[in-house]
Amino acid sequence: MLRKRAWAGLMVIGAALVIVGVARGETVVVLQKAIRICLECIGIG
Amino acid sequence: MDKGTVRKHIKYRYIIQLFFAAVTNSYVTGFAAGKIYQGNLKLLCHPGLNCYSCPGAVLSCPIGALQAVIGSRAFSFSAYVFGTILVFGALMGRAVCGFLCPFGLIQEGLYKIPFPKKINRFRGDRPLRRLKYVMLLLLVVILPMTINNAAGNATPYFCKLVCPAGTLEGGVPLVLLSRSGGTALSAGGFEGLSGLSESIVRPGVINVPTTGYQIGLLFWWKFSILAAVILLSIINYRPFCKYLCPLGALYGMLNPVALYRLRLDGDACIHCGKCSKACKMALDPVRETNHSECVRCGDCVKVCPTGALDMGFGDGKLTKLNETRHHNAATARAGGKERQ
Repeated sequence: MLRKRAWAGLMVIGAALVIVGVARGETVVVLQKAIRICLECIGIG
Repeated sequence: MDKGTVRKHIKYRYIIQLFFAAVTNSYVTGFAAGKIYQGNLKLLCHPGLNCYSCPGAVLSCPIGALQAVIGSRAFSFSAYVFGTILVFGALMGRAVCGFLCPFGLIQEGLYKIPFPKKINRFRGDRPLRRLKYVMLLLLVVILPMTINNAAGNATPYFCKLVCPAGTLEGGVPLVLLSRSGGTALSAGGFEGLSGLSESIVRPGVINVPTTGYQIGLLFWWKFSILAAVILLSIINYRPFCKYLCPLGALYGMLNPVALYRLRLDGDACIHCGKCSKACKMALDPVRETNHSECVRCGDCVKVCPTGALDMGFGDGKLTKLNETRHHNAATARAGGKERQ
């Protein structure tokens, strides 16, 4: 029972965080990073 | 559950892995032209470790995105990426590693290469697995949060210094494609590990270059890590997942409460130890059911002679394990081995 509550709580917190992140405009940073080649990621820069 | 009726999704796990890896790396043009996908789908995070600089990637890498947001001038915490990982983790735990992670699939493929002695249990294995939590805290969170350049942005330290997935999925194909496009690379390179300060001053992200890539010490450092992971993967099951992956560390913390879980029918367990022997993550699935290291590969479910182990969403039919009986059986097995 406790585990089920923990699971439900985590789902709610996770979904709330996603909504907060989108509202804060974090997705813009994610997109800006992801659509350009990340030189660090590939070991060039 | 009777033996022989192992759930289909466990039986066809490799097909699910291949399908998901193919779908999330389906930007074929990228491989052909040596560029990456730049559409809006990249707003979304891949549940597994999949470099967003892979020419085929259509989603963002959650660990790369996490470092990008934490290290950005505007934010010091990423609610969006943490929330996404929390939702995936609460639903599936490390089943994400077992079913959806392309780099996990690559390591599993390498493990299938025959080798005289596969080593999954050795002294120091368990303490070494804590290294991934160090990676998560230090390279993914603390350093990007604290060390910024003049513009207020930070280097994605895990991607830059460690991530072999980035080297394999992004670095190697892009460097090779830039070469095949007739753009010669100058040897020696402009920057290595010693050039860290230079990269802090210079923003680490640029558009696709038209003159090819310069490869230097940093590339060879990361290539060495990749080579080590590839070689180790032949001997040891998923070494990167066990010892280095910060995403595995996050999902591991959620594994005990995740909805998709390993289920044990304690009454049906005959304490034969076959599941423990089959577990390539070196766990005892009966005593360590839903342990943070379990990637839900389902090997234990497949070998269980009585169907006492099962895997799926929710608890299913559960009865508690008789700990004393299991301990006695394990001791007897260990004694038998010693006598042999």
